[in-house]
Amino acid sequence: MQTKTVQCDLLIIGGGMAGAGAAYEASCWGKGLRIVMVDKARIERSGATAQGLSSLNCYLGSDLNENTPEDFVKYVRSDSMGITREDLVYDIARHVDDSVQLLEEWGLPIVKDPVSGKYKRTGRFQVLVHGESIKPIVAEVAKKSVSYTYEGVMITHLLTDDKDSNKIAGAAGFDSRDGTFYVFRSKSVIIGAGGATHIFPPHAAGEGWGKTWYPPWSSGSAYGLISKVGGEMTMMENKLVLPRMKDGFGSVGNWLLSLRAKTTNNRGEEYESRYTAEQRKLYGKYVDTNPLPTSLRDDAMFRQIRDGKAPIMLHTEQTVSSEDKVKEGWENALDMTVSQSLVWASQEIDPQSEPSELVLSEPYIMGSHASQSGAWVSGPPDIAPSDYEWGYNRMTTVRGLFAAGDAVGGCGHKFSSGSFTEGRIAAKSAIKYILDHPNEKSSMRKQKIERIKLEIYRPVENDKFGRAIVSGGSVSPVCLSPYNGLLRLEKIMGDYCGGAESMYMTNDAQLTRGLRSLGMLHEDLQYLCADDFHELQRAWELEHRVWTAETVMRHTMAREETRWPIFCSRSDYEMLDDKNWHVFVNTRYSPGTGEWTTHQKPVISIIS
Amino acid sequence: MPTFTYADKCKGEGKCVEICPSGVRAINAGTGKAFTTEPNFCWECYSCVKACPEGAIDVRGYSDMAPLNHRVTVARDTAERMIQWEIVYRNGLVTKQYEFPIRTVPWGSFEPNNHDNGSLDITDQRLSHENSKEVRRPDPEQHRIMKEAE
Repeated sequence: MQTKTVQCDLLIIGGGMAGAGAAYEASCWGKGLRIVMVDKARIERSGATAQGLSSLNCYLGSDLNENTPEDFVKYVRSDSMGITREDLVYDIARHVDDSVQLLEEWGLPIVKDPVSGKYKRTGRFQVLVHGESIKPIVAEVAKKSVSYTYEGVMITHLLTDDKDSNKIAGAAGFDSRDGTFYVFRSKSVIIGAGGATHIFPPHAAGEGWGKTWYPPWSSGSAYGLISKVGGEMTMMENKLVLPRMKDGFGSVGNWLLSLRAKTTNNRGEEYESRYTAEQRKLYGKYVDTNPLPTSLRDDAMFRQIRDGKAPIMLHTEQTVSSEDKVKEGWENALDMTVSQSLVWASQEIDPQSEPSELVLSEPYIMGSHASQSGAWVSGPPDIAPSDYEWGYNRMTTVRGLFAAGDAVGGCGHKFSSGSFTEGRIAAKSAIKYILDHPNEKSSMRKQKIERIKLEIYRPVENDKFGRAIVSGGSVSPVCLSPYNGLLRLEKIMGDYCGGAESMYMTNDAQLTRGLRSLGMLHEDLQYLCADDFHELQRAWELEHRVWTAETVMRHTMAREETRWPIFCSRSDYEMLDDKNWHVFVNTRYSPGTGEWTTHQKPVISIIS
Repeated sequence: MPTFTYADKCKGEGKCVEICPSGVRAINAGTGKAFTTEPNFCWECYSCVKACPEGAIDVRGYSDMAPLNHRVTVARDTAERMIQWEIVYRNGLVTKQYEFPIRTVPWGSFEPNNHDNGSLDITDQRLSHENSKEVRRPDPEQHRIMKEAE
């Protein structure tokens, strides 16, 4: 297989919102430096916003005195039941409005209120956009900003320095069309790769299996890449489960916040408020925050379903009184979840005359929404407490390796605009790191590269051998297809780590069994097979998902409380325990010994 | 399958193969026409539908959730910077048509590095486009600052 070696100063892995923000900002500060971007797909339609968006969910309006960064931190802290990296969240809040202004300059149509001339609000921190093309717009910016873009190249490994295994030296991967092996050697790397779907079994089946709420191409590469080289991870137990429209996974945020739709049970009754007393007993003071935290809303819905009060209905029909509102409701689906329109049209549900059924989604792992999984990163030097700061903003615990977007933990609710902003912050910081270390070189033995190359293409060899010893068909005793491996992963996680299959609930005994099964799946990855380079991409996506799942399982086991019901419910510790667990749970895999260590980090408030 | 291709319209140009974020489009070597290789990894994101110059790709909702005979079609006009949708219900009784803007400035108009950092220093907390803005920090009078600003 042909090998291509690319030398650069900064490598940006992933061209989604975070990666595009990084590309833009890096070009502004790193003039004369070689900045390279790599994505497994075409940047014009890659990442979680490939389809489009109908709102930007992170915009403060600070200059117009609509909100302060303090307001945003308080909101995120409440929704996260007291655990968030306030320094990181504050940092997003103080820069995100500038990013939204840039997006508007670049042509993103943001809807304005005809009277005030301000952006039209759909919620306290949300603004309405005609965002079908948000991704092609930022892709144009990203591609013009960097020195070179490699599209269709999947990064499988991060590479560290031979002399210092905790220092980044580049990345390796392959072209999923022609198979070319790529080695990128760079002084610094930014991980802008995405969160993870298909860690837990999707509700959808068969042909519809790809209909997860977050995209099926979100393969947890952010977590797989970083944890494998020893980057410390945080809040991986903080899974995301959302109420969404049944089947199509149409968004409900706009219906609830902007169009003011009500949700009821099968008797037409409002139900959220009836669990307040019970929730207060279990989860304490966080019940009294307004709006009710996402996981507590999930919890109320779950209790209704458990008690036989399904179906839960979203009353769209009571809200779309004018043509404008009807159009806003439809645009919400057409801009970012066309599947919902297909479900309405095919199931003959007209949101104007009939409510839509809601379900709780399967769990996802991500760091940009109402969950905060990701890498433990250094905070902004001017406001981060010393426990949270080791030199460069958004640098992971691996030297020279930065993260942004879904890859950063403890910094939720940043969504698209905030992820773009975090990419900018990380890039400026990475450029500073590069400029501060002009003479630094890293070394990589040729044998190490050759070993990784063999490892990357092993599934292709496995496939040839596995097929040769059987008469035909897809079953071979020495082969595991990426698809079948993924089904096994989902089954383990669904059964043992709090999937819908186990009522979103788990305990130490289940997790112990789950880790044992997961360990065997991890070993079985050596039998992965791939018929072509496309299937080879599926094989490596599975590898990243298995690493993601392993961190999720270990974190879930470590947190001996139920802080976020449904996201992370422990039947053996059913109460929130602020006395012992108002802390971050962090893990680190040691590439040298293969051991995992788990430890706690303090939660430090910078806002009273 | 979620996306499918009309055989008489497809010319095998492969725009869909390039653009699919999920990598589930390919050209059939025998017919020279594009098809969806893994419908169960299709997100119904319409990226391929919007990109096809022949209008050869359409979507039939996932079979586990969508009864047949519905239609959601799209025309994305990059020159006019508009997108048009048409939704036809299974019973034929409801038809919706919507049109939305997709961009306010011409495609290709972004100029790289058009923001001068001015007097900004890289150690400053401001980002490249923020030279005229103040850097906000939590007010130490009102909030517990754990570390003095550097």
